[in-house]
Amino acid sequence: MNLTLKIWRQNGPKDKGRMETYPISDVSPDMSFLEMLDVLNESLVAKREEPVAFDHDCREGICGTCSLHINGEAHGPDRAITTCQLHMRKFKEGETIYIEPWRAKAFPVIKDLIVDREAFERIQQAGGFVSVNTSGNTQDANNLPIPKVDADLAFDAAACIGCGACVATCKNASAMLFVSAKVSQFALLPQGKVEAKERVLNMVHQMDLEGFGSCTNTGACEVECPKEISLDNIARLNREYLCATLSSE
Amino acid sequence: MSNLDAKIPEGPIAEKWTNHKNNINLVNPANKRLIDVIIIGTGLAGGSAAASLAEMGYNVKAFAFQDSPRRAHSIAAQGGINASKNYQNDGDSDYRLFYDTVKGGDYRSREANVYRLAEVSGNIIDQCVAQGVPFARDYGGLLDNRSFGGVLVSRTFYARGQTGQQLLLGAYSALSRQIGKGKVKMYNRHEMLDVVIVDGKARGIIARNLITGEIQRHSAHAVVIASGGYGNVFFLSTNAMGSNATAAWKAHKRGAYFANPCFTQIHPTCIPVSGDHQSKLTLMSESLRNDGRIWVPLKLEDAKAIQQGNLKPTDIAEENRDYFLERRYPAFGNLVPRDVASRAAKERCDAGHGVNATGEAVYLDFMDAFIRYGKEQAHVKGLDGEDKDLVIKLGKAVIEEKYGNLFQMYEKIIDENPYETPMMIYPAVHYTMGGIWVDYNLMTTVPGLYVLGEANFSDHGANRLGASALMQGLADGYFVLPYTIGDFLADDIRTGTIPIDSPEFDEAEKKVKDSIATFLTNDGDNSVDHYHKLLGKIMWDKVGMARNDKHLKESIVEIKALREEFHKGVFVPGKDEGMNTELEKALRVSDFFELAELFAMDALKRTESCGGHYREESVTPEGEALRDDENFAYVSAWEYKGEPSESVLHKEELKFEFIELKQRSYK
Ligand SMILES: Cc1cc2nc3c(=O)[nH]c(=O)nc-3n(C[C@H](O)[C@H](O)[C@H](O)COP(=O)(O)OP(=O)(O)OC[C@H]3O[C@@H](n4cnc5c(N)ncnc54)[C@H](O)[C@@H]3O)c2cc1C
Ligand code: SF4
Ligand code: FES
Repeated sequence: MNLTLKIWRQNGPKDKGRMETYPISDVSPDMSFLEMLDVLNESLVAKREEPVAFDHDCREGICGTCSLHINGEAHGPDRAITTCQLHMRKFKEGETIYIEPWRAKAFPVIKDLIVDREAFERIQQAGGFVSVNTSGNTQDANNLPIPKVDADLAFDAAACIGCGACVATCKNASAMLFVSAKVSQFALLPQGKVEAKERVLNMVHQMDLEGFGSCTNTGACEVECPKEISLDNIARLNREYLCATLSSE
Repeated sequence: MSNLDAKIPEGPIAEKWTNHKNNINLVNPANKRLIDVIIIGTGLAGGSAAASLAEMGYNVKAFAFQDSPRRAHSIAAQGGINASKNYQNDGDSDYRLFYDTVKGGDYRSREANVYRLAEVSGNIIDQCVAQGVPFARDYGGLLDNRSFGGVLVSRTFYARGQTGQQLLLGAYSALSRQIGKGKVKMYNRHEMLDVVIVDGKARGIIARNLITGEIQRHSAHAVVIASGGYGNVFFLSTNAMGSNATAAWKAHKRGAYFANPCFTQIHPTCIPVSGDHQSKLTLMSESLRNDGRIWVPLKLEDAKAIQQGNLKPTDIAEENRDYFLERRYPAFGNLVPRDVASRAAKERCDAGHGVNATGEAVYLDFMDAFIRYGKEQAHVKGLDGEDKDLVIKLGKAVIEEKYGNLFQMYEKIIDENPYETPMMIYPAVHYTMGGIWVDYNLMTTVPGLYVLGEANFSDHGANRLGASALMQGLADGYFVLPYTIGDFLADDIRTGTIPIDSPEFDEAEKKVKDSIATFLTNDGDNSVDHYHKLLGKIMWDKVGMARNDKHLKESIVEIKALREEFHKGVFVPGKDEGMNTELEKALRVSDFFELAELFAMDALKRTESCGGHYREESVTPEGEALRDDENFAYVSAWEYKGEPSESVLHKEELKFEFIELKQRSYK
């Protein structure tokens, strides 16, 4: 395949950045999208130019590192996958592909297509845990039966990979889907009950401090989420939050 | 025979760990505040260690090259984690887990370490459940188990096909809590580039801030390395793109012995290579072998027709299929250990029976499982168990619940629906059993330098059993290091902060800066990947699944020559300031080159076959790996002497007091 790539280049956090055009040929439909970028980068290095910086690691859809906005869609045109799982067979011969970083105030660009997602770290640090030390003396795991439905729902929420596509895709750049996934995982499990109130208050407070927008229920995040995290989690977060604020007043 | 003291405690195997814990030095809580510990890597091993040490009161500085601890490669582990809970009442015990692991490792691991691993395995599950890790459960609400290769019990705990993710998120949550409290200072997007040794002890590191390019000095009373495995020395592996050997290799160059570098695991069930553009290989979890049956066409002409695209697997009648694992190993069938399964697949493909266009693939077929589960479901739901379509549909739903994410992953890569046609798989480099040599306390030959997780060599001998790496990583980090490190640090309560302006720090920093400058001013023409791919090819062809004297000798010469070409011919664009991804790769690949040479030397030296190390000169008449216990029942521990080729071999003799040495059989 022959394609035209329009890629966001930005030297560093302070650079203004611009779109650059790169023609690319001999792309195989069996290549992954990132392998296509590898090929481009090889050719740039051969021309003694700096390669396009993009984030990636596992290349199998689980680490949440890759983060590209492709033709206006977070993680590109396919559903329920990350950028690294996207394959070139989803594109047409001769197509022009626009590649940009996540755009959100809380995710500043570091270089080219790489953004800073430390805001997610701080939200997690504000309450995304159960306060239990490692002692080796916790009770036997099977002393705490958990109904399979609850365990499965908690798992579905816990499947979030923290990629930030939900934020990038939301017109308000809200982080509600991400935060609600963590809050829900613990809200659905008995282990999470003890600290439920502080957890939701602290995580939401941190989210607001980081400069994410507010949620207006457009549902775009659910559509683009590679792990199909459900909007039900946002409803659950709202319930948890309401209960927590009512009972703390 | 050697100067290596593994510090194995006295006493009966089941009492060693308890006795040891009772006898080692402790640091009192008030004094822990005076002590700093650096941890490199925050995957399962490093993340759990960082959280635990901080909870105990130490000041921890943790480093990772990703932008979050949650992205360490532990996240990608799929299948599960072992523990000797015996919840299934199938006769499991600490002893049996210990025995299976030593046998699975082909009797090349240290008994005392493995027993301790089995002993703490149950606590890991308790700890993870307390943290809210959503393990799979049955309808009664209790934890579910599955089986993995090389064992006859069901002891593997799992969270769909994403067990590593859920365990890592558990450790990450514990770590995040300590970061939030200020007890851990987390350095994301930082890469350690050297260890600093002061007065013979590991007292700090040199790191590069991957965003700004700044070279930094960090000091501590002890340094812990948990940087993962070095499978990427083969270029193509199931490891993440960033997985590297740098931290471990730099520790080695500063005096830590490197153990069994040639012990690599080639995993039988990975998605086959599709072309030259390939950047990594994707694992299909071993758990699939619980339900999938592996086969190739019995007749060569059928295999040919399939390779040419003239026949489909579903066209091949049952009697024309060769279920070669079930045929060769009736007792374990599709669940033989990984090394055995990989070699058997290679043997069939080499004989011409392979199935995709390249002839390097075998089938993993789920049809029988669809029918088996479908019938069960039909029975439970009171439906017609004779209606084949209905049964298959019900069966597919069960399989989807168990492995849905893996099937999806496969479909996205290969563009075929594995519910309709069997998967194609082929062996790929997956895990490195070798690593930095550590004693029973997980300390290296450098005082104050500890190594955990896949980066050390300790528990898996010459072959790791499935679901044992997650167990080892968390055992090391949650339950072993937090005790054993105290024994060393107890002497440091009055030391005070280690200064970073010493000559040792100057020297290490200069070395790092010099090597960066050399790369950036090099007048070469080729990219880093160009050389890395060539290195990978030598490794796979000559130091891969089957090794022999001739190829190994050639490989050593070729690796060395290619290393020289790399240093002359590589072009690294950009500057040292700011982010420079090509420079990061160049630094990693230059360490892979040195490691590769030692790797091949180790493989050459060990003329026996054992576990994943298969020497064509040492096989049984049936073609199975043949050990030589008389000459090779030792851990090879290499000491660095300025060049890989000058390395000196030390041997830690392995004594088997509690398990009888036997030729492994899975027939
Ligand atoms: C695809 C796949 C599936 C697997 N499935 C299973 C399974 O089902 N069961 C099982 O038991 N095992 C499995 N394994 C093996 C297991 O996942 C790994 O062995 C284990 O997770 C390694 O953990 P670790 O903490 O040692 O290293 P990692 O998780 O790799 O962490 C390494 C850490 O070190 C950091 N790091 C590395 N170098 C540097 C440096 N120079 N400077 C700073 N930081 C550095 C990284 O940032 C990272 O934080 C699987 C492995 C793979 C690849
Ligand atoms: S909710 Fe979905 S889109 Fe948002 S961070 Fe998690 S996985 Fe990514
Ligand atoms: S690189 Fe890990 S999810 Fe894409």
